[in-house]
Amino acid sequence: MTIRPSSDSSLLVTFGDRISPEAHRQVLRLTRRLESARKIRNLHPAFTSVLVEFDPRRARAGEIEELIRARLQADGEEDVAEPPARLIEIPVRYGGEFGPDLEDVARHAGLEAGRVVELHASAEYEVYFLGFATFFVYLGGLPAEIATPRLAAPRRQVPAGSVGIAGGQTGIYPLASPGGWRIIGRTGARLFDPQREPPPLVRMGDRVRFVAVPEDRA
Amino acid sequence: MNAIRVLSPGFQTTVQDLGRFGYAHFGVSASGAADALALRAGNLLVGNAENATGIEMTLVGGAFEFEADTVAALTGSDLGAGLPLWTPLEIRAGQTVRCAATRSGARGYLCVRGGIGVPKIMGSASAHLLTGVGGRALRAGDVLPIGEAAIRRPRRPGPGALARAPQSTRQTVVRVTAGPQEEWFAGEIYAAAYAMSEESDRMGLRLRGPAIPSPAGRMITEGVPLGAIQVPPDGQPIILFVEHQTTGGYPKPANAIAADFWRLGQLRPRDEVRFERVEIEQALELLREQERWLYDLV
Repeated sequence: MTIRPSSDSSLLVTFGDRISPEAHRQVLRLTRRLESARKIRNLHPAFTSVLVEFDPRRARAGEIEELIRARLQADGEEDVAEPPARLIEIPVRYGGEFGPDLEDVARHAGLEAGRVVELHASAEYEVYFLGFATFFVYLGGLPAEIATPRLAAPRRQVPAGSVGIAGGQTGIYPLASPGGWRIIGRTGARLFDPQREPPPLVRMGDRVRFVAVPEDRA
Repeated sequence: MNAIRVLSPGFQTTVQDLGRFGYAHFGVSASGAADALALRAGNLLVGNAENATGIEMTLVGGAFEFEADTVAALTGSDLGAGLPLWTPLEIRAGQTVRCAATRSGARGYLCVRGGIGVPKIMGSASAHLLTGVGGRALRAGDVLPIGEAAIRRPRRPGPGALARAPQSTRQTVVRVTAGPQEEWFAGEIYAAAYAMSEESDRMGLRLRGPAIPSPAGRMITEGVPLGAIQVPPDGQPIILFVEHQTTGGYPKPANAIAADFWRLGQLRPRDEVRFERVEIEQALELLREQERWLYDLV
């Protein structure tokens, strides 16, 4: 683990340089343990790192670093109190206008499109983190057979609810935004609602399963 | 009713406080005033808590009719209202504060004694335009209630501090500290002047200038803070601003210092921007100086 400044108001805590379930556990553990810390303004978990933001008028980087080390070393009692991970089913219409890149993913994998859908909808994914510009849901656990590189040039607009693949990852665009992931389907689930507490439908550490539904549903 | 009526909104006018903290791990950045120093000063001048909600105007200000006697302050950009900046103003019921196109900087604030009494969403009244959290930009006909955030009497500014009020010019030097990928670059960002692009918004300030070679190396998406300067493959730097994405996958040679965040909020399209590298200790000393100015003012 390394801790170094990202700015005069933040520290970047990094757990190795490879995306892995182990790095994700560490990220999840640190995020949960720092969530209620008074001197911390914001936490930005990602694949292998957590960015910790503080107000430099009220705290020094040195004391935040000590706090991070102390919370990491503390025994795992508060982990036990964590609610068990929820399993959330997300209905998806695969292919056609909803998944314009499904055929390309199938061609890349050397599989029938139907088999790509079966594989994608058979796995149980873990929510690695929410981030990017639009509460993008990053999921770990994509079956290796259907891993596909990103588009060479990103689309200017990806519709809200689009489900995509980029390399060995899969994810969901909760809001319309530009994006370079291979879009294989779309969900009608409302992934983000500012009036809901908390606003996102899925949270870090949740499990997700995609359920293929006919085109006129979801 | 104690309220302010929006007669015309100007180019892009929103209600802002100092931001919505504690939701970045859900993917929501803080938003908040683009020039937080000007908002804090305006609030302190009218006797509010410094985090009270004010009105942020961008490039072209709006016209606002007051339905009650109150005290207000205009800070930040000079938006041609014909009223003195950085000082408490006695406002009469029926009076209209009418702003126009900017004469300096990009963002002006109208702070009102008691603050703007709009509801808070997820702990803040700040509009986050990209996501719609906290509402939308103001429109003609909107009525904004005046709140109850006043905590002391309005204060006249100290003359010494008033003379040192922040000034925006068309050439800006932004001080920066090292970004997490500084060693992937060869200091290119310090060698040239950049122009602020028209495509900039509250999410990101896009700069145009000599392309910076996009460094080789595989970046794993990581958390990004306010003021991070990222270099995408086209080599044109983007400064992440108040509505920035919470994570990003482009390398970052540098990060604006907290004491210069206000300068970012005052950048206008076509302004010239240069970067100057400082150490974190210097950055913190500059921030302490700025805080001393703010509390000298009020």
